[in-house]
Amino acid sequence: MNTINGRAWAYGANIDTDALAPIGSYQGTGDLAAGAKNCLKHMDPGFAENVCEGDIFVATDNMGIGSSRETAPLFLRTLGIRAVVAKSFARIFYRNAFNIGLPALVCPDAGEIAMGDQLVVNPSSGDIINETRGTTYHCQPIPDHLMEIVGAGGLMPYLERKLKKSA
Amino acid sequence: MSVSKDEIRLSELELRMPQTLAEKIIAKAAGLGSVSAGEIVTCQVDLAMMHDSAGPRQAGKSLDQLGVPIWDLDKLVVITDHYINDDDTNHQGIQSHAQDWVKSHNVKHFIKEQGICHIVLPEGGHVKPGMFIVGGDSHSVTGGAFGTFMVGVGATEMTGVLATGEIWVRVPETVKIDITGTLQPGVAAKDVILKLCGDHGIMGFNYQALEYTGTAVSAMSVEERMTLANMAAELGAKAGYCEPDEKTERVLAGWGATDVDIRTWRSDKDATYAATVTVDGATLSPQVAAPSSPENAGPVEAHAGTRLDQAYLGACTGAKLDDLRMAAQVLKGRKIQSGFKFMISPSSLSMAAEARADGTLQIIEDAGGVILPMGCSGCIGIGPSRLEENAVGISSTNRNFVGRAGPRSSKLFLGSPYTVAASAIKGAITDPREFL
Ligand code: SF4
Repeated sequence: MNTINGRAWAYGANIDTDALAPIGSYQGTGDLAAGAKNCLKHMDPGFAENVCEGDIFVATDNMGIGSSRETAPLFLRTLGIRAVVAKSFARIFYRNAFNIGLPALVCPDAGEIAMGDQLVVNPSSGDIINETRGTTYHCQPIPDHLMEIVGAGGLMPYLERKLKKSA
Repeated sequence: MSVSKDEIRLSELELRMPQTLAEKIIAKAAGLGSVSAGEIVTCQVDLAMMHDSAGPRQAGKSLDQLGVPIWDLDKLVVITDHYINDDDTNHQGIQSHAQDWVKSHNVKHFIKEQGICHIVLPEGGHVKPGMFIVGGDSHSVTGGAFGTFMVGVGATEMTGVLATGEIWVRVPETVKIDITGTLQPGVAAKDVILKLCGDHGIMGFNYQALEYTGTAVSAMSVEERMTLANMAAELGAKAGYCEPDEKTERVLAGWGATDVDIRTWRSDKDATYAATVTVDGATLSPQVAAPSSPENAGPVEAHAGTRLDQAYLGACTGAKLDDLRMAAQVLKGRKIQSGFKFMISPSSLSMAAEARADGTLQIIEDAGGVILPMGCSGCIGIGPSRLEENAVGISSTNRNFVGRAGPRSSKLFLGSPYTVAASAIKGAITDPREFL
């Protein structure tokens, strides 16, 4: 499994789905990229502007708390975020993240990661190397089957691919 | 290949690793000897349930887009309960679509307008201890009352289940909720769960499985245990369950379930729990959750006397046969405040029939209550029990978020069937113990 190398965008606890996907920013159809520009606009206006492909989103407790809105992880992925690392996740955000193609890693040490730290995330082993600080954190690994769903871009594209293959 | 003695001993040890009931069921569904909290595994579901809101018109539609058949017609139950019994043409459209869809897909188990899905699924004999079940609704956790591991999933995930019969699960930690002592008269399972909501908040047990246990749970009816399991959703939990016992066996047998095994599907004695939370059942008083979250729960005394415009007994949480009987116990020989709106939507047709037969509904009607058709209705602000602008209500349902049961200006308190009935008598929030 490939690793994900990128800069950390590190925030605190209780980043909610309203902050990630403000109400009214995307209606489910239309320009997803334009909608995603609203991500965290009230909390950190620089985020959507400066985030790069391959970057990693880091939070502490209750990441993604709030509604079951799939746009919350979808906006992060659309902006280029390739993994979310947090001390703990809200249940529905956690599932939605994988199901739209964004791996979510539960990392007890997520609070030690600072804004801009250079990270190497290995979902299969569960290791996160913090190159800036010279430390490695250990999380529960993500099984390959789940990374296949992520790799396909989410559950629906995964099912399309898998079922077409077997048909 | 020869196997060393040490290896054999190790695998035996693994087999005997003590597990909670949640872990046992997940391990079985994943085809593994054991699982532990935090691990991510893929499970084969034993049963899937979906309703008219998220079922045919959402998950069903996505399945059709994939162009594959339902993975196993024996394991799917479709239930219509949400948008029924009203003359809104959109809602009627949802019903006809659902009916066409089950027909064109040869759905074997279709339960049409018999009651709320979480009630009629077990009533239909579909639920048994040890099953790994998914439901397309957040209160699917109700099935845990029968010793199952039952979780709510979104429409996209349900599509995956319909197509493949599989779903991935991150094994939750299990928390033991020990409910000790004997509940006082006028105190019910609803008060226990509201107390937990008040103490721990609606994210209190995020992604965890709750095992409700203790003397008060053993003494509870199976329907009361359903109330505990149902509102695991309001505690942020992934699942909530009770170990099955003779009562479970009796109730399920009455509903037509065969081969019910109550011995295998229990937690091992030395299983690992993330925490144990104790609720002192003996000293627990009736609880009320203030607007607009279940976590605003506290003793009824704190709100006693608050004027109300209406009271409602309903939903998958609070209008089962036992709930109706609790209300009748308070209402017997009494009248509700004149001009006050008190409405009741029984949780299922068969429970309504039983409550009709034993005189329970008559007592409620004699007191001034109005029996509405069964269904979700008032719980989601549909039908005659929808709260009016600025109205204040109390109900035996599970959620009181802003706009849940009426316009955003309306306010809703949550309480047990006892408390709702007592409050209807006075037209204000009332401690039911004064009537018992
Ligand atoms: S009664 Fe309310 S909570 Fe229960 S299934 Fe219906 S809408 Fe959901």
